[in-house]
Amino acid sequence: MNKNFVLYAAILIFGLAAPFLFPAFKVQLSILCVLIVLATTWNIQGGEMGYNSFGNILFYGLGMYLCASVQVGMFFPLAEWTESGGEKTFVHTPTQFFQGMAVGLVVAAVVPTIVAGLIGYSILGLRGHYFAICTLGLGVAAGEISGGIEIIGAGQGFTTPPFPNVGSLEARGEFFYFLSFFTLVLTFIAVRSIYSTRFKLILNAIRDNEDKAEAMGIETMKYKIIGWMISAFFCGLAGGIMGGLVGYIDSTDVAFDGREMGVFMVLMAILGGKGTLWGPIIGATIFHIFKEGFWTFFLGWQYVALGVLIVVIVIYFPEGIMGWLREKYPERFGEVVDEKDRKAQVELK
Amino acid sequence: MDFLVFQYPMITLQACLDGILLGVLFALIAYGMALQWGVMNIINIAQGDLVILGGYIAYFMYLYGIHPAWGVIVAPVIMYFVGIAIYKLVINKVVDRDLFISILATFGISILFMQLMNFAFGADVVLANSGYGTTMLFDNNVVLPNSKIFSAFISIVFAVCLVIYMKKSKLGRAIRATAQNARAAKILGVDTEKVYAATFGINAALCGVAGALISITFTIHPYMGLPYTIRSFMIVIVAGLGNLPGVAMSGMGLGVFEEFADYILGTEFRIGSVFLLLVLILVYRRFKLSRKREYLK
Repeated sequence: MNKNFVLYAAILIFGLAAPFLFPAFKVQLSILCVLIVLATTWNIQGGEMGYNSFGNILFYGLGMYLCASVQVGMFFPLAEWTESGGEKTFVHTPTQFFQGMAVGLVVAAVVPTIVAGLIGYSILGLRGHYFAICTLGLGVAAGEISGGIEIIGAGQGFTTPPFPNVGSLEARGEFFYFLSFFTLVLTFIAVRSIYSTRFKLILNAIRDNEDKAEAMGIETMKYKIIGWMISAFFCGLAGGIMGGLVGYIDSTDVAFDGREMGVFMVLMAILGGKGTLWGPIIGATIFHIFKEGFWTFFLGWQYVALGVLIVVIVIYFPEGIMGWLREKYPERFGEVVDEKDRKAQVELK
Repeated sequence: MDFLVFQYPMITLQACLDGILLGVLFALIAYGMALQWGVMNIINIAQGDLVILGGYIAYFMYLYGIHPAWGVIVAPVIMYFVGIAIYKLVINKVVDRDLFISILATFGISILFMQLMNFAFGADVVLANSGYGTTMLFDNNVVLPNSKIFSAFISIVFAVCLVIYMKKSKLGRAIRATAQNARAAKILGVDTEKVYAATFGINAALCGVAGALISITFTIHPYMGLPYTIRSFMIVIVAGLGNLPGVAMSGMGLGVFEEFADYILGTEFRIGSVFLLLVLILVYRRFKLSRKREYLK
């Protein structure tokens, strides 16, 4: 407990000081925070519940569009904004911008949660690969359909309100960094407290054997839906922040980007280790560093590298970093290992 | 929303015929998917990208002055070896693992292929012009390009040949035995590793044929692969594994659905409606099965 407290305090202080220590990397650090949020919340139903979803991108994209639409729609006509590239004709004052952002983020978090609750009963009745393919279809369908809706910019995209002039050039980066870092801390606290309750054990029971869990008297459907709603809440929030950070929303390339972000969140969780608290965080950090390296040094070849990376990770590290550490040092994870067992293990290998 | 399509019988007929000719192609791709799903128990997300790669082979023959219809012969031969290579490098490591692992691994292959094709062939929408002309029916009210009729005919020929091959040949019997029970087949002397490789190769070859035909009749683009994967997945889950007439029928049904969706909702919602249909079919089956306290397996 004491050791953990020191660790958390150190990370918190580092996180708060980071934008001043590395002022050039503020945007990258904000994206890293969003990625960690996505990976951690994917892990709730992907790792703990065993429902591997490609469709969390749906909530992410929904949150992105909702946050920006609310932020614009509260003060200006939305249709005119998207039609004329509104950022030139309409200008948010700082108060309007922050008010809009606050309301927008609330909407961006709440509506996807409700959507997850509504579609959860139908979708979560599917299992295994049917669930995976169904959610993949859901994410792509959302992208294709939102690309045909005129009021949110259709195929040409939607420019989110530019950051107002508040006097300092650094303000935009700092605002979005602290916003995403705050979301990250919120997510971590929420997920950590969830993982120490009975709820997590129920999710694990569903993962290990759903029929048996049902036979033991657990209302599995209820808990599955709640688990998915928690994921959706944080995915929507992350999407709303990312929309403001990127400044431009396109239906298939930014918001419902199943080919990039939708796979990234799965990959990050698997790389770090599914079903652990720290796995997705470590995975997201390593993945982001790798990705930026690729994007910078192999410009143009990044998707080739990404494809190879997915195949290699999935085939050779399906347990992830945490899984590998757990196998190597079981004592660190609170498992008691008999000396005889270990010798037998070594001999077997 | 535009329901004009139902008010003029000729337009309805046109949409139906277009849909059926298109659906035959989908059924051919879905047949390959059903084959590998049944035999190896993997779902190949890269299926659509293999189709597009086959299409580019025919397109390149067209660019170098050879008639693209010869692509129907050349593409499957090349694609067979591409399929074997993919099997040896990736698929054989995920065959007996969790299905989600195979989905993710083939997703990686899909991204890889998409981008490599983008580099090699450019991001333009292309088609190979076969110069076949059109057929007019019913006082010139229904227009059918001959290339579509040609492609449907060739797909049926290939499908029939493959069915006969699977029934009669030694390899076909080995594949069917492995699909029924891989372990028993192994005990009885079937080299399952070879059977798996051949199955994946045949699947890739089928994709190659379908791709060559698509490049003649429609257009191809490096990023257009995923819809073909989803279509074939949908056809297989509607028809069930190993139900060939079902695959053919639901393929044509999907083709007709798409043509009508195109007329009614507009072309920009065409792909979206396909993906939405997949979700609706899965949800429908889930509710139907949950009355019997079962789930899709």
